Amino acid sequence: MAASLSSVMPATGAALFFRRLFRRKLVLAAAIILLIAIVAALFAALITPFDPGAMRVARRLRAPDGVNWFGTDELGRDVFSRIIWGGRASLGIGAAVVIFSVSIGGLLGLLAGYFRRLDAVIMRIVDALMALPDILLAIFLVAVLGASAFNVILALAIVYTPRVIRVVRASTLVVRELPFVEAARALGVSLHRILFVHVLLNVASPILVQATFIFAYAVLAEAGLSFLGAGVPPDIPTWGTMIASGQQYADRAFWVVLFPGLAIVLVALSLQILGDGLRDMLDPKLRKAL
Amino acid sequence: MLKVIARRAFGLAIVLAIVGAMVFFLTRLAPGDPAALMLGDQASAEDIAKLRETYGLDRPVLVQFGLWLKEVFSGNLGHSIFLQRPVTQALAERAEPTFFLAVFSLLIAACIGIPAGIASAVWRGRMADQAISGFAMLAANIPSFWLGLIFIQIFSVRLGLFPVAGYGSPDAGLLERLRHLLLPASVLGIVNSALITRFTRASMLDVLDADFVRTARAKGLPERKVILRHAFGNALVPIVTVLGLTLALLIGGAIVTETVFGLPGIGNLVVSAVLRRDYPVIQGALLVVAAIYVLINLAIDVLYTLIDPRVRM
Repeated sequence: MAASLSSVMPATGAALFFRRLFRRKLVLAAAIILLIAIVAALFAALITPFDPGAMRVARRLRAPDGVNWFGTDELGRDVFSRIIWGGRASLGIGAAVVIFSVSIGGLLGLLAGYFRRLDAVIMRIVDALMALPDILLAIFLVAVLGASAFNVILALAIVYTPRVIRVVRASTLVVRELPFVEAARALGVSLHRILFVHVLLNVASPILVQATFIFAYAVLAEAGLSFLGAGVPPDIPTWGTMIASGQQYADRAFWVVLFPGLAIVLVALSLQILGDGLRDMLDPKLRKAL
Repeated sequence: MLKVIARRAFGLAIVLAIVGAMVFFLTRLAPGDPAALMLGDQASAEDIAKLRETYGLDRPVLVQFGLWLKEVFSGNLGHSIFLQRPVTQALAERAEPTFFLAVFSLLIAACIGIPAGIASAVWRGRMADQAISGFAMLAANIPSFWLGLIFIQIFSVRLGLFPVAGYGSPDAGLLERLRHLLLPASVLGIVNSALITRFTRASMLDVLDADFVRTARAKGLPERKVILRHAFGNALVPIVTVLGLTLALLIGGAIVTETVFGLPGIGNLVVSAVLRRDYPVIQGALLVVAAIYVLINLAIDVLYTLIDPRVRM
């Protein structure tokens, strides 16, 4: 009985989570779009009809047709295949930014929320970082670090970490005053157990919501950086570099610019909808606020 | 109240000082000798050494930082070899298009966002609300440079309604300038209207249920007056905040948009400075932008108390 209960409980827990999350059809649609985008990025080599780098100069700037679904670019490369491969880079960079900023921001936010002295120092730096527009700080960091995919990730992680710190700190300030934390302290539970088990588990939902939003911001920002020439080197196809290199052909071949942009909008929008859905579900009190 | 503002200003000055230190030390981390970079490939070792001396680059980093701070406080942001002029002059020359672009975009964003937010709140849960909220969410997730390229294709190249790029000839009149700014400002305005729409909707929803709104209705005031005067008037504080916040965001947005539309503003200056590693310009621009951001925040706080006397800082 006990064994069957424990094997059933987590399943129903997860099922309940998804059933509540996908009660709104829009959130379900967003999740499906994201799933398709992620699967396509992971299995790019199996899906794409053409090699993303293969040039066929005889077929340059061809309009979309049965062979090249999204047309071809200025070097005769297949735009559809490049969007799938570009998604691999754009989504990969976005995911890496999320992992970096959430883990570092989460840690610093916990510490800032729990220790008064550290709080003053960390929050001053957060304020300073947030006094610069995202994209300006990012191009500055890429300029200093040098333009490469890894440095774009690093720069965007530095840009978005302060957001995570703020959210986690605010939640930690609330949670640390709750009776169960006091009880744990009274029972002699070690500090790092209190922080990383009791407090962290209770600030997990705002972190999850924020992570979804940062994913969307990072995809948009990567595209912006690459477009400005301060991002990923142009020979790597990302949605941003595709628009950047296609823009001078836009009046003859609009598809070169149109489709990568649509990919960005679709993914960013889906992430935003999913993030909103998560927030509505995890924190009903916030539903009206924003 | 003056005392409170002074205290806030002091806090903001500290934020600025940290930004300055961050920008300065990060720049020193950059690969390559700044003097060699400034002089280009053809420079001799002797020239580089001489330039290093003139700029104090041969001194310890902390001494350099002290010297730099002293210069910044006396209003000197350094000298750009590439542009052959002081950084402050370069920034001042480029300030006009950026200023007009930001203000014009804010106007467009407010003209879209405030009515949309009010309508959305009044018709809460209905089709109109869903359509507006959907549009706001879409707008927030469109890359502004992409929307700019699409708008240029449609309105400038195909329909020929606007110039494709640039800011007109140097002696062009205000009307000509506006014609050049309308398309970029629309792009920035649309993309940035989303936040205003959401904030207006939320703060209207807060007051629409309030007792004084019910009282206004009960005494038979026309619905229009109830919403625009009684409800909107009381929802104004958060809306002013979001307008200020949007203005700060627009400064960042302007960087990308100026590049797309070839506007000779500060954003364009920064992007080209980054591409050729013109560090004095980058440092100066970052510091000035952070200062503007910080001042906007201070202005919002002061406006708060003026609009709503209940708010005490």
